[in-house]
Amino acid sequence: MNEQSTVLKARGLTKHYGHVVAMDDSDFDLRAGEILAVIGDNGAGKSTLIKSLTGAVVPDSGRMYLNDEQVAFHNPLDARKAGIETVYQELGVAPALDIAQNLYLGREQRKRGILGAVFRQVDAKAMRRGAAEQMSDLGIRIQSIRQKVETLSGGQRQAVAVARVAAWATSVVIMDEPTAALGVRETNQVLDLIQRVRDRGLPVVLISHNMPNVFQVADRIHIHRLGRRIALADPSKITMDDAVSVMTGARKPEELDGLISGEGE
Amino acid sequence: MGARELLGRQVTLTRPVGVAPGELQKKPAARTRVRELLTHQVTGPLAALLVAIIIFSATTDTFLSAGNWSLIAQQSVVVGTLALGQTLIILTAGIDLAIGAIMVMGAVVIGKYALEGNPVVALLLGLVVCVAFGALNGVLVSLAGLPPFIVTLGLFTAVTAAARLYSSSASFPIADGVLTVLGDGPSIGGVQITYGVMLWVAMTFVLGYVLSSTAWGTRLYAVGDNPRAAELSGIKVKRMLLTVYIVAAVIYAIAAWQSLGRTPTADPSGYATANLDSITAVAIGGTSFFGGRGGVWGTLVGTLIVVVLQNGLTQAGIDSLYQEVTTGALVVVAVGLDRIMHKRQER
Repeated sequence: MNEQSTVLKARGLTKHYGHVVAMDDSDFDLRAGEILAVIGDNGAGKSTLIKSLTGAVVPDSGRMYLNDEQVAFHNPLDARKAGIETVYQELGVAPALDIAQNLYLGREQRKRGILGAVFRQVDAKAMRRGAAEQMSDLGIRIQSIRQKVETLSGGQRQAVAVARVAAWATSVVIMDEPTAALGVRETNQVLDLIQRVRDRGLPVVLISHNMPNVFQVADRIHIHRLGRRIALADPSKITMDDAVSVMTGARKPEELDGLISGEGE
Repeated sequence: MGARELLGRQVTLTRPVGVAPGELQKKPAARTRVRELLTHQVTGPLAALLVAIIIFSATTDTFLSAGNWSLIAQQSVVVGTLALGQTLIILTAGIDLAIGAIMVMGAVVIGKYALEGNPVVALLLGLVVCVAFGALNGVLVSLAGLPPFIVTLGLFTAVTAAARLYSSSASFPIADGVLTVLGDGPSIGGVQITYGVMLWVAMTFVLGYVLSSTAWGTRLYAVGDNPRAAELSGIKVKRMLLTVYIVAAVIYAIAAWQSLGRTPTADPSGYATANLDSITAVAIGGTSFFGGRGGVWGTLVGTLIVVVLQNGLTQAGIDSLYQEVTTGALVVVAVGLDRIMHKRQER
């Protein structure tokens, strides 16, 4: 797979809620090895788009392709099975459980042999080993994998959530406002982590309202407005003000340089 | 460069990639382990139990006698078994106020059927009835999403009345045999250990194992701790809740059997305090009412505390009303401590 190959692609996604058009013929492209930021004003339909990609919403029409194969997600489980995992804004971890238990929650490994088959015993050792490798691989600093998540800071907790998603995702990681609940320092820690996830080979979709964050880490920016992708931008060629003015409709995309042409072919 | 320096603090959390995963798996240092032991759920209740035992042993002549220990064990059995079921439900951040009523209903069904019918069939019938009410609780809580407190309060009233209607408020004598076998048992050093007591302890072992060592147990904690996170991890939270209420009801049916071994009558107005006693045992045993924290071993100790207090205060000749005051105060203290711990963890 070269750098330019498209991992997740959508064409003409549309979704109506009664008379409200939440998504209006929207396209979407995520390339291998990139962090794609999705920005848009409140009510622009970002979350409907993201929910379509994660199976939480079924579009009325349009097509989606994962690695050039057409896919249709009817529920979040379908998307997970296809290797798309999501991190949410609220901390999606169980504070009373330890880090290893959180990483394997819902996917516990059982022991081999009679202990596992008959007595349903989980292989705590193997899960601790796997979790430790994952945390160490992502450079997340913790004291021990046996620490309960409630003993961690907000940033570390979100790091655990990211580590879990990165461990199980095989094709795409989606992060929905992962830093909204965090302070400046912790936000930087998570942004750092997001880049590391990308560097390990998983493309990342980052939904964020925070322009400095977006410009700090994104390789490309998907600007959403009035239910569709209005522009795809290269963050090294446009300014935050440009991005915001396009996003809010103050300027037309045609007025700007630095937008990536040839989108939505 | 300047920006990197500004962001320099991030390095405190993140290490260069590839730092020994072995380091992370190590057992915590001895000091941490001692602290963990001291703050463990069972430590506080166990200390309280020992203090109570020491005080009652010193102040009364009869408390330490073998006969009295047989009595304490037998007094603990029904409430202790019920409290195991209650623990599972409270771990999911729920509560079952109908627990005693469902057990009594089970006992009455067993007693009435056994008057004429086969006792084994009677037991199975009791099990079916308990599970049916447990499932009703579970459906209303999980699928309908109603608050457990209200649902089980409603069921408590309805089932209590239903048990009286079904039995025409009469109690049924229980013939010796299968139905009372849990009240029998060998004597070890003058202390009678009934099969019921053995069953109670064995169930604690089994449930303790299930909670600590199976995926189901981990998921149960997760559902009580943070249902949203559990759902996002692919756990079917509603199905989990329903299952927990049904498993708890199976335990109530066993408690009904225990109760027939303890007193060979199925009395529709018996065990009126079992609802609150079971909740008390769980609370004193250190299981959090906010869900996700605690376990059955704490509940076993909590049950013993409740029973030892009642028994010891009786031995000391103190009015039974004071016993209730003491138990009530203990619950408030236990729940207060739980709240303080919870607050600290929420920081």
